[in-house]
Amino acid sequence: VPEHTHPKLAVWKFASCDGCQLTLLNCEDELIPLAGEVEIAYFPEATRAVVAGPYDVSLVEGSVTTPADAERILEVRAASRRLITIGACATSGGIQALRNFSDVAEYRSIVYAHPEYVETLERSTPISAHVTVDFELHGCPVDSKQLLEVLAAFVQDRRPRIPAYSVCVECKRRGALCVAVAHGTPCLGPVTLAGCGALCPAFARGCYGCFGPQDTANTGSLADRLRVLGMDESQVLRVFRTFNAGAEPFRRESERHGPECHDIEQHEEATP
Amino acid sequence: VTHKLTQGDHVLHVDTLARVEGEGGMHVVVKDGLVADVELRIFEPPRFFEAFLRGRAWTEPPDITARICGICPVAYQMSSCLAIEDACGVTVPEELRLLRRLLYCGEWIESHALHIHLLHAPDFLGYAGAIEMAADHGAVVERGLRLKKAGNALMTVVGGRAIHPVNVRVGGFYRLPTREELRSIRPALEQARADAVATVALVAGFEFPEMVQPQEYVALRSPHGYPLEGGSIVTSTGRAFEVADFGTHIVEEHVARSNALHAHLDGQTEYVVGPLARYALNHDQLGPLAKEAAHDAGLGDECRNPFQSIVVRAVELVHATDEALRIIDGWDGASAPFVDVPPRAGVGYGATEAPRGLLYHRYELAEDGTILDATIIPPTSQNQPSIEADLRAFVQDRLDLPHDELVRQCEQAIRNYDPCISCATHFLDLTLEEQ
Repeated sequence: VPEHTHPKLAVWKFASCDGCQLTLLNCEDELIPLAGEVEIAYFPEATRAVVAGPYDVSLVEGSVTTPADAERILEVRAASRRLITIGACATSGGIQALRNFSDVAEYRSIVYAHPEYVETLERSTPISAHVTVDFELHGCPVDSKQLLEVLAAFVQDRRPRIPAYSVCVECKRRGALCVAVAHGTPCLGPVTLAGCGALCPAFARGCYGCFGPQDTANTGSLADRLRVLGMDESQVLRVFRTFNAGAEPFRRESERHGPECHDIEQHEEATP
Repeated sequence: VTHKLTQGDHVLHVDTLARVEGEGGMHVVVKDGLVADVELRIFEPPRFFEAFLRGRAWTEPPDITARICGICPVAYQMSSCLAIEDACGVTVPEELRLLRRLLYCGEWIESHALHIHLLHAPDFLGYAGAIEMAADHGAVVERGLRLKKAGNALMTVVGGRAIHPVNVRVGGFYRLPTREELRSIRPALEQARADAVATVALVAGFEFPEMVQPQEYVALRSPHGYPLEGGSIVTSTGRAFEVADFGTHIVEEHVARSNALHAHLDGQTEYVVGPLARYALNHDQLGPLAKEAAHDAGLGDECRNPFQSIVVRAVELVHATDEALRIIDGWDGASAPFVDVPPRAGVGYGATEAPRGLLYHRYELAEDGTILDATIIPPTSQNQPSIEADLRAFVQDRLDLPHDELVRQCEQAIRNYDPCISCATHFLDLTLEEQ
């Protein structure tokens, strides 16, 4: 590929743990070849060199939780031809979206002695609540093979081949024992998006939904099953309210099992 | 820009620190040729972990707190498990402790290899980043990536995946790795051990700016060897106390410029946790190979130049690879993957050595295991006052440097601490500050 055609890649961080960008650095065998295919133009976690935008592909990690970040994401969108969100924070608001079900002023005073020093929004929102997103890659963290597939697809101008089916499909394909049927272990596999390779069942534990809801998640039916397997209402609420608590199907299901949610005007800070 | 700070009043400002984990900046004010103020600014948005842990079950912190940091999730899993088991009056059997230590070795290898080769070495060799460095130092970058991959492979075998492992639970693990699975990563770890020894030799030859750190060093000390998965607290001035007493010795303060809290020890202004502290307080417990590497690198009983932390990190890389092989070779299985941890009302404390330093957790549980209160003190918020103190001294001696070069060197000084800003942003309430 001639030099001038190398697409420019940028990696941006919002509220997150850095794990999804680390997934890119964890592609140990592909990292240097990748750097030959794309120009890594902005990736502060990896290099202090900055190539000015616009960028052909932007990867965005993290959720929007501050007034400054709500502005910054507009600038990132404006500088990006394609914008891909990576991970549970960017696609659903992440674990920090638990604030959406509570009073953020109280949270702030629990953690900080001087809450007035801390600027934060009432809610943690996914990037798609603020700007148009070209592709969402799910997972907490994202899977490295899926991340490379998405990058390759955008560089080649084709659709990424990312499955929309459930963890159960991967679990059967892997030949893992169904922990729910065989051991009565509560498992979110039926409602959770594939991508991890059915990791938890292979480690003798139930899926805990870190890839978020699959395309046609029947959460109500699974919730009934979880109760049969011995979970009480508060446990059912909590299993849907973790890393993808803000994803619509999980949010709605969790609300069926607990006190009324404060999160009515969910995207009020969004300014698309 | 080539103006010098000595030409008058200036502000040195870096908006986004590169090659650190998380988002931070630096702000230095110089008045009449003297450094008036230095601030490490942390604007990583707060995520309020300690608040939303309230009301969750005692079994949940390993999965939830792992999400504080994608670079050191095992540290969060281990400290939270210890604290909750302490609250419930349970100690895991020896084999499970060893398996935890093995998983933790994987995280040290991954994190140290990342920091040494991809984040810190480019400063010493004069590159913007590792990818730029790879053009001239391909073998060094390849070795770093190979080491990182070995650490990730170890975490994947024991923990299920390298980022946010799924196999850790309060009381132990969901499933035990088989002897065959553990043996399968032996060749990669043997290569990693040789790579780690070569890394020590490489980084020991770097040029280090002169600097002597006066701060008190704080680390764990453990009867089970060089500290990783537990121990009690010791310091370089001879203080020693149990993890349960951490809260009476360490007080955190909330300052306006940062979403991370600053920690103080017994009323002193600053102290240091991390590789230099661990080495000074535990070098006698390093394995023979790591001791030899440290000796060959010219390290004595203590290293007080923060720029040489990269050498100590490399020595710890030798130790972690060696230790992982030792545990694998001695592994004879365990009777069960976990022990039951029935809840009870009480308070529990846990501390382990994250790659970047001591990580403390405290949980208060209700009778049914509901979390009533949680406190997490990560290493970077403990080091933050020291980072600023280092910068103050460092900048004062280098005001003659051109602006861009001074900025570059200050960034390097901050990277000495391998600061994890994602980790540092979320902490406890500071009722003691009101005194």
